[in-house]
Amino acid sequence: MDLDKENQKTSLYDLHIAHGGRMVDFCGYILPIQFQGIVAEHKHVRQNAGLFDVSHMGQISISGADFDTMAVALEALMPADILSLKKGEMRYSVLLNKNGGIEDDLIITRGAKGHEDEDIISIVVNAATKNNDLAILQNELSELDVVLETGRSLIALQGPKAAEVIGRHSSVADELIFMQAKNSKIAGFDVFVSRSGYTGEDGFEICVDDENAPALVEILLNENEVEPIGLGARDSLRLEAGLCLFGHDMNKNIDPITASIIFAIGKRRRSDGGFVGAKAVLEILEIGAEQKRVGMMFEGRMPVREGAELIDENDEIIGYVTSGTSSPMLEAPIAMGYLPIEKSKIGTGVCALVRSKKVYGSVVKMPFVKQNYVRALS
Amino acid sequence: MSDIKYSSDHEYVKIDGGNGIIGVSIYAQEQLGDIVYVELPNVGEDIKKGDEIAVIESVKAASELYSPVSGTIVAINEKLNDEPAFVNLDAEGEGWIFKVALSNVSELDELMNEAAYNKHIS
Repeated sequence: MDLDKENQKTSLYDLHIAHGGRMVDFCGYILPIQFQGIVAEHKHVRQNAGLFDVSHMGQISISGADFDTMAVALEALMPADILSLKKGEMRYSVLLNKNGGIEDDLIITRGAKGHEDEDIISIVVNAATKNNDLAILQNELSELDVVLETGRSLIALQGPKAAEVIGRHSSVADELIFMQAKNSKIAGFDVFVSRSGYTGEDGFEICVDDENAPALVEILLNENEVEPIGLGARDSLRLEAGLCLFGHDMNKNIDPITASIIFAIGKRRRSDGGFVGAKAVLEILEIGAEQKRVGMMFEGRMPVREGAELIDENDEIIGYVTSGTSSPMLEAPIAMGYLPIEKSKIGTGVCALVRSKKVYGSVVKMPFVKQNYVRALS
Repeated sequence: MSDIKYSSDHEYVKIDGGNGIIGVSIYAQEQLGDIVYVELPNVGEDIKKGDEIAVIESVKAASELYSPVSGTIVAINEKLNDEPAFVNLDAEGEGWIFKVALSNVSELDELMNEAAYNKHIS
């Protein structure tokens, strides 16, 4: 029984306080919602580099067999093509239930070559679902060692200046492209670092032991280009980048096709199936989804937020908003939500109800702002 | 000098003759963060103390403003339509939200003066 429900501090708690972070309880952790302000932090990440504490995320390690054996076992649980992952490559995937609904979304990484951890598969999952994910994985992979790692912080450095900043302390910026990872050193500290993130910008996610995390973060924050960033800007950045938030833009009643994340299903797996939920998912692939997650922009300034209903010309409810805010870069209301397929084409008019008022807009292409991933080394 | 009173919900009333100028306190705007939209009421509306009169939206959330007094709305701060950030920049000045012809001046006695409010938020 879990009697100790107190929210946990991350290894960076004292640093957040020292930098003026406004702390909130979030998924069992005490984390900063903002430092100087959400809009300023948001713009800083788009123009410079921002540092995030994402230590609340679940870090799960899988070991105990050769890669192919582990990949085959994991492919029974998720629809990604895991067998084709090369050493040090990462891929986005989802855990599904029998009905094809999304139980969680995650990033799976194959250990990098030439390191003692090269035969480990690591998975980063959402904080709120990590214990559920761990139970699913431990239950289904009983032949393997499945461990929820503790004692490790996870920090993200994101923005167009991230590579330049990292380059002053490490060679990894010249060695990794988007969705690659390796064991390395940054400022002398041992890290497992990937070129990835949740902002749409170039950047790095750095796994480092708790005892070294504050010193490493202090070094990075001392760089002129870097400011600390809270959860508020993390959410507005990922929304502008068109990236889903589990529990909001997708949940256990929504399949990956409806959620417009078909890329989470490997090509080979779309024909072969063989994963939990495959029957339902492949059927939807065949006949098409009834609804779809889309991006929307609205007129005026009033934000259209999660929960707002979308109505047709007869005032019938035809969909709903799952995330929405005022875009700091576009200075306009942006949102994601679900609409019937026949009303989901780019350019189609939409109408949302906010406090019983009609707000007009249209379906737009996502991301709302350009993604700036580094897909090749110069 | 106008007299200023505060509600426990962080609205203020500045007394300006028989009118009250209403907005949110400097403390409240700090807590709300970057304000991106203010939904203003209509001039001529009769309102009662405690009514939800305006909505102030930050990047993160929408917050209701409850009127600390009763009366008739005689003006709204239309500048906020274009520049909602005035609420952040000058909450108790240029960032006022609406003006009411007070119908019950005794309601002001139930509000806090500046010293009491400062104690309330500390």
